[in-house]
Order: sequence, then C-alpha cells, then structure tokens
Amino acid sequence: MSGSDARLRFDGTVRRGSFELGVAFSVGPGEVLGVLGPNGAGKSTLLRAIAGLEELSAGTIEIGDHVWQGPDAFLASERRRAGVVFQDYRLFPHLDVRDNVAFAARSGGAGRVASRALATEWLARLGLGALAGRRPHQLSGGQAQRVALARALARDPEVLLLDEPMAALDAGARIDVRTFLREHLAEFGGPVVLVTHDPLEAMVLADRLLVIEGGRLVQEGPPAEVAQRPASPYVAHLMGLNLWAGVLDPSDGSVELDEGGRLSVATRSPGGRVLVSLRPSAITVHTEWPEHTSTRNVWEGTIADMELLADRVRLQVRGVPSALVDVTPGAVSELALDVGGRVWLSAKATEAVAYPDGSRSPAEERN
Amino acid sequence: MSRAASRGRTPWPLGVPAVLGALLLVLPLAGVLVRAPWRGLSDIVRTPAVLDALLLSLYSATLATGISIALGVPLAYVLARSTVPGLRLLRALVTLPLVLPPVVGGVALLLVMGRNGLVGQYLDAWFGITLPFTTNAVVLAETFVAMPFLVVAVEGAFRSADQGYDEAAATLGAGRLTVFWRVSLPLIRPALVAGSVLCWARALGEFGATVTFAGNLPGVTQTMPLAVYLQMETDPDAALALSLVLLAVSVTVLFALRGRWVNAAGAA
Repeated sequence: MSGSDARLRFDGTVRRGSFELGVAFSVGPGEVLGVLGPNGAGKSTLLRAIAGLEELSAGTIEIGDHVWQGPDAFLASERRRAGVVFQDYRLFPHLDVRDNVAFAARSGGAGRVASRALATEWLARLGLGALAGRRPHQLSGGQAQRVALARALARDPEVLLLDEPMAALDAGARIDVRTFLREHLAEFGGPVVLVTHDPLEAMVLADRLLVIEGGRLVQEGPPAEVAQRPASPYVAHLMGLNLWAGVLDPSDGSVELDEGGRLSVATRSPGGRVLVSLRPSAITVHTEWPEHTSTRNVWEGTIADMELLADRVRLQVRGVPSALVDVTPGAVSELALDVGGRVWLSAKATEAVAYPDGSRSPAEERN
Repeated sequence: MSRAASRGRTPWPLGVPAVLGALLLVLPLAGVLVRAPWRGLSDIVRTPAVLDALLLSLYSATLATGISIALGVPLAYVLARSTVPGLRLLRALVTLPLVLPPVVGGVALLLVMGRNGLVGQYLDAWFGITLPFTTNAVVLAETFVAMPFLVVAVEGAFRSADQGYDEAAATLGAGRLTVFWRVSLPLIRPALVAGSVLCWARALGEFGATVTFAGNLPGVTQTMPLAVYLQMETDPDAALALSLVLLAVSVTVLFALRGRWVNAAGAA
C-alpha cells in the first residue's frame, strides 16, 4: 500500500491562551500510536499540529528527513503529506463519494478522468465500490467513516492521522469500523497516530499508547502495560481499575496508602513511592468479618453506590481505602447488598500490583 | 369555533391597522393589474421605445450582476475571512449603498467618474473614456447600488460556512485558491444564487443613481424604470405595460427566492 518507511518525530509545544501542549514522541513506520486523554487534554491540538492546521509555538516535527516544522520552517498543510480522518469526517457535501476520494489527486493536478479512476480503485480496494455515486448525506456513520479513510489514503500520505474515528458511531457500527480500521491500518506502511478517549479502541488498534493529560505526557507504553499499571487516576478509571498511591515498605511487602489503610502487595520494587492497582473483580465482598480467609487484605466499608454494568454490578465502597468492587448480580441478591450497607472486602496480595510511581507531574520536571 | 381558532383570534386594535397596512401594499399593485391595457399589451411592448428600454434594462442589469459577482464575491470572501485590521469599517462602508438614497449615489458617481471628476478626468485624459450619459454609466450606477446586496448575502454565507471543509481540503493537498474554487465557493452556492438574483432585481429597478449619473437618453441610458416615469406624462398605457413587465419580473424573483434559494441558503 502507501505510507512512508520514515519515522515521525514530534517534539514541540502549542500555546493557546493559558493552555499549553508540550510533548515529545516518535512513531515508527507501520506503527500505530494511540493517543489517549480526557477531553481538553490537547489530543486534537496535537493532531492538528502534525497536520499543519495549527502552528507550533516552538519545536520540531519531522518525518524521515523532511522537516514539517522547525525553528525557521513551517510547511503549509497542503504541502505535508498527512492523511487526516477527522472526527466529523468532513466529507465534502457537494461532491459524491468518488469525487471526495478523487479530491486529492485533482488538487495535485491530475485530470478529472485519471483522478476518478484512481478514486474508483481506492474505493474498490476498501470494499466501498458500491458507494461511489452517493452523496455524503446518503451515507451512514460507519460508511462515512470508511469513505473518510479512503479519501485520506488516496492522498498517498506519509503519515496517517485519525481523530476519534469512532466517537460519532453507534455501538454496532463501532465494531464493524474497528475491524475495518485494524485491517487497513495494518496495510498502511507509514506511521499512524490515532487519537481517542475510548480505551477499547486504543487497546485493539494501537501498538503503543501515549496518555496526555492537561497538555502533558503522563504515560507511554504498550497497551497491556498501560492497562495493568496505570500511571494516573484518569488511566486507572479508564481501564476500570482501582489505583492508590502510597509508600512501599519492602520488609513486609505492604504499602501505606496516602488516603489511609495498608495493603499487602506483590512486588519486586525496592520500596519508596509506588502506585497500587487492583482489579474490581479481584475483590471479594463479605457481609461479616471473613474469619476463614487466608488473604491478608481485609477491610471494612460502606456501599456508597451501585451500578449495573453489562453482566455484573459495580459497587463503590467507601472505606479505608475506598474501592470499586465488581460482583455478580446473583451475589447482590444472595448477600442482600444495598446502598448504605456495611461490608467487608478482601483481596489477595498477589492481585494487588505495586509499581514505582513515575507519574510525578512532568510539568514539574520541565520547569 | 375550535379552540385553536379562538386562540388565534387577533384583537381588533391590531387587526384593523394590519388590514390597512396590507391594503396599502397590495392595492396599488392590484390597480396596475386592473388598469393595465391587457388587450393592446403585446403591441405596446413591441413599440421601439418600449422594446429599447426593455432590452437595455436586461442588458445593463445582467452586466451589472456579472460585475458584482466578479468583484463582490472576492470582496465578500475577504470581509468574511480576512483578519486584516479595519475590516469592520470597510464592511460598513461597503454596505452603505444599501441605505444610501440612490440619487446621492448618482451624484457621488458623477463627482468621481464625471469628465472633471477625481478619477474621471484621468480616464478622459489618458484613455479617452468618458462615462457619464453612456450605457456603461448605467451599468456602473446599477452595480454601485446593487452589488452590496450580493456582498451581504455572500459574506454571511462565507462567515457561517463550516471552515472544517477548507481544512480538510488543505490536508488533501489543495492550495488556498484551489480550496476557494473547489470547496468554499461550491458550499455557499445557494447564497450566491440568492444574492445574484437579489442583485439583478435591484439593478433592474434602479432609478435614482441611473438618472443622475447616466441621464435619460432613449436607447442609450433609458432603462425601464426611467421609461415608465417618462411615459406617464405622454403615454400612460405604455407606462402601465412597462410597469406590468417589471411587476411580473419582481413576482417571479420573489417566488424563486422564497421557493428554493432562500430556504436552501437558510438551511445550508
């Protein structure tokens, strides 16, 4: 397919009012970098800067040995070969699907016939041939999303940028488009940057994750590692994990938590500041003190809230420490659990994962 | 009486002036229809004087609209998208002819473009061009008065159009001019059509600026509104016939705008 065999390197800042985005990363050819972060974290700004729709206040953007932006160079958007799939697709409403996909070739100076032939080819390759004559308003969300990808790929980009590609889709279309994207992102040979706030999307599509909060890099690593060892409450929440910060006492493998309480953990850390993550499903609920348990972590709490998820009930238990706990609906009725009820929680030390706290605000390190 | 009907009933202190107001607007037009020389209409319209005025009006209004599009669309684009300082003032000045009495516009044109005018003297000395009292003067006067209608309509459309499409086009490799031709302009087409129709209708009906700047020479500068005014003295039937033609054009324009373009522009 297309794409470049060059690496995308980004190291820069974008200032807008009091907001400042400042990150550095690189993406290799064929690699899909997922950029995760809450709304307003600067994810879209990052994408716009790479696409040339936003200028860096300082820093550089390079692809291979092409400088897209440097100390005294700014390559206009139309001269960067960056294929962008916008969150709202932005298919031209006055052109049909074929002419949308042919747009890049036409702008590049190719004739109408040649451009359309190229577009037809791209549509066929992505299995969208049947949509060629339709106008964007005649497309479903999932179809528009695919056409948007076809249009971006037909640009013959060196870098592919996707902004929340599935945010506007319903659940059914999401699964289809996810499969579609996984297939075609793999074919694209160049660097891919995928912005999302959906952890599942990131897990499925990305080779590596970058977590941005408040314009700063919070965590970077393979999806599995980010999922198991979230570096911030935001990531932990996203992954549906309990996360506590504390100080590890290496002599007995227990952590004195900042918010109170003490947990025995499984760790090889030498001690000091750590984060402890614990899956909500790894916690057991009891309605009285569990005498016959071998687990070392047992504590008392009050159910503050209950929420029915797909196949389980998530309890918010207030205690020392407070925790999210997943139980089966059966257990809820068996144990007569309800908001305000007193419970005891237990968790095996082997389920509580402790790792060094590397999330000390990057802002502080910079300054 | 149904409840909806009784709720819709208008109190008489509002109803009476409303009816009077409607009559004031509709009655004179009805009068034209009633008094029009229907039987001799086709003969009157075919008399040379009337036909000349008709053709001259169509020619000059169409040319004025063409010039307005060629100059007004770029002007509207700049007013809507540029960030150059002083644009607010420029916008106000550009739309001034909308509220300016046309006769004042005619005087101003004469002062600037007349043979001894600020610009006119050089046109005369360097190129041998004199504008006043020519057909070109008619076109210029009509453009002066009508172009703001187009600029206002198109500028509003450029301003409210989603610039995300322009960005998307740029990421697809389109330079600024290509973006304008292939994305920005097609996206505001409904407003452009509506603005052009308004502009053309306004140019067709232009009187004050034309008579002041271009005069009233039959076959050269005597457009339909001027002919109507003049014929009222000598040949009221001809004046009525011409009025009827102008009325028909206006009604057509109104229906065209109501039916498609205005709504489409509103929805876009």
